[in-house]
Amino acid sequence: MTVAALELDGVRKNFGLTEIIRGVDLAIEKGERHAIIGPNGAGKSTLFHLISGKYDKTEGRIRLNGEDVTDLPPYEINRRGLSRSFQITNIFPRLSVFENIRCGLLWSQQYRYCFWKLVDNQRDLNDRAMAVLEEIGLADRAETPAGVLTYAEQRGLEIGITIAGGAGVIMLDEPTAGMSHSETEQAVELIRRVTVGKTLVMVEHDMGVVFNLADRISVLVYGEIIATDTPANIRANKAVQEAYLGVTDDAVEGVA
Amino acid sequence: MSTATPLGLALADRRLPGGQIGLWLGALVIVLLLPLLFNSPVAVTIMNQMGISIVFALSYNMLLGQGGMLSFGHAVFFGLGGFMAMHVINIIEFEELYIPLPVVPFIGGLFGMGFAIIVGSFSTRRAGTVFAMISLGVGELVAACSIIFVAFFGGEEGISGDRTMGPPVFGYEFLTEIEVYYLTAVVVFVTALLMYLFSRTPAGRMANAVRDNDERAEFVGYSQRMVRFISFVASGFFAGAAGGLFAINYEILTEENLNLVTSGGVLLMAYIGGIGFFIGPIVGAILLTLLQTVLSNHTELWQLYVGILFVLTVMYVPRGLTGLIMMHGIAFKTRRLGLLIVPYLKVGMPLAVALFGFVTLLEAGHVANAGIVGHTEFHWLGTVFDIGNMGIWALGLVCLLAGGYGTWHQSSQVREAWHAANDMTAGEGTS
Repeated sequence: MTVAALELDGVRKNFGLTEIIRGVDLAIEKGERHAIIGPNGAGKSTLFHLISGKYDKTEGRIRLNGEDVTDLPPYEINRRGLSRSFQITNIFPRLSVFENIRCGLLWSQQYRYCFWKLVDNQRDLNDRAMAVLEEIGLADRAETPAGVLTYAEQRGLEIGITIAGGAGVIMLDEPTAGMSHSETEQAVELIRRVTVGKTLVMVEHDMGVVFNLADRISVLVYGEIIATDTPANIRANKAVQEAYLGVTDDAVEGVA
Repeated sequence: MSTATPLGLALADRRLPGGQIGLWLGALVIVLLLPLLFNSPVAVTIMNQMGISIVFALSYNMLLGQGGMLSFGHAVFFGLGGFMAMHVINIIEFEELYIPLPVVPFIGGLFGMGFAIIVGSFSTRRAGTVFAMISLGVGELVAACSIIFVAFFGGEEGISGDRTMGPPVFGYEFLTEIEVYYLTAVVVFVTALLMYLFSRTPAGRMANAVRDNDERAEFVGYSQRMVRFISFVASGFFAGAAGGLFAINYEILTEENLNLVTSGGVLLMAYIGGIGFFIGPIVGAILLTLLQTVLSNHTELWQLYVGILFVLTVMYVPRGLTGLIMMHGIAFKTRRLGLLIVPYLKVGMPLAVALFGFVTLLEAGHVANAGIVGHTEFHWLGTVFDIGNMGIWALGLVCLLAGGYGTWHQSSQVREAWHAANDMTAGEGTS
């Protein structure tokens, strides 16, 4: 049996007395595109924070390519091949777009904390950064400070920073949130392109995007995964329909 | 500034453009020629002080501008480097050690760096309030220690020595101020260049990234603490080197060199000059050294003026004086700077009148407040003013009010001219 790219084993998270994640088991295979859906407040973002090391786990283990990363800080997890984006745009606003991408590349290109090489002289590094910019369609904005990009451009840059280092496991937290239809379509194409051969874990509210991209879907409700299956089976799943899919927006608000 | 690369360099080859190398060479030539222009002993002394301040302020900006760390105790590293350098100078004299004087600042730097390693190991976990408070605490601690550990700090009178007792360097023994100037100039140039180059390394780039968004930096593989620590240690080195230059120039180090007043002074220099630009602290160091040396000869209130300048900078020009100049970049490139000259003059004249009134009132008030019997005069613009003459007060008040009104009245014109000069669409639609 092959090792799962990402494996969660009884993961729990309490904030004080409140249980936010109540025992999540999940195995995501290498090369799989996996979506996590669920009503507002189900704990999707919290789960992302737990996996990526932003939050400490109350209980349970998390393995990345078979290696236990439960208690590692975010940067150690990132160095082991997991890269994530954020629901709220999280970039380096005063650095140029180019520099944002280059910062995403530095560690993975073995530059570490080096203070004796000049970044501008590293042709290979800068070529790679430009290639990522071409990929996300921001090459003509390379020298613009990232903070003045439009919202959709910043979302694109966010994905660019996330994929720049070439991590094997990519986690995207609501990559299309707040985008128009055409922007969403472009974003989906971008995500599809840049995650070829990689493992993708994404949280997404837009069901069109989810059913379009995902190989498998997990439904998270009240901190528990009530179903993990292919899109077709999830659509047909009674429990999921009751808990989430079939209900109206108003009811979803009520759950949240 | 770090991000200000011209558009043409968007291609992968981003190596140091020739223009920048030329800029550094030009700066070196200017620095070496300056004493020919300003050759009085006083001028040379002031320029030496500027050099020391430049290195110190640049090292401070490695923390604040580049790394987002607000320090209230940076003088600790300056002072400790200086004290160590002073001891080295004394050892050179009494043990007849063969260490050339130009090496001494770097020994001071290493000592400052060593102490920065200790402090940085616990202070760089977080930026923000925690870092600021720790820096304040360490600053107080070391200042207090300087009175207690007499063997190293020399108590209240500090320690002193004689820089000229070392081996001659190319025949120079650093007996005169001008010889010290050239030593200082070379060290300033070398350290400034090193600090600039540091900002262009992976560690330096990530310092900016951590400043902008420390959380995100952790998710691209960098420990924010380690990134800050490296900047902090490097900054400690250059602050210590500045302290070493101070030891060579003044041949005495006291508690004053590492206390909170000095720490506050370097913050003012960096901030007023502009922390967002590499040359900002240089501008600030030159200006504040001038105020400190020249203005303090003319008025006891010079610190008040520096304080007002600082408050105005924080409130109205948060990017500092360098930012104020750089704002004109667009107008300069589009050759529309000329549009601004007349409005600037129109607003500048009432502003000068208001300033005259303001200073007159302050100085008169100061003399009146001091209340020294028989001392009722002050000098200002080559004239003697007597506060007994009510006309002085009236003149000050009228100038302040009229000038203030005139400035306010003209400011709308400046605003309009500013928009016209910076309008990117102008000149295209009309043709």
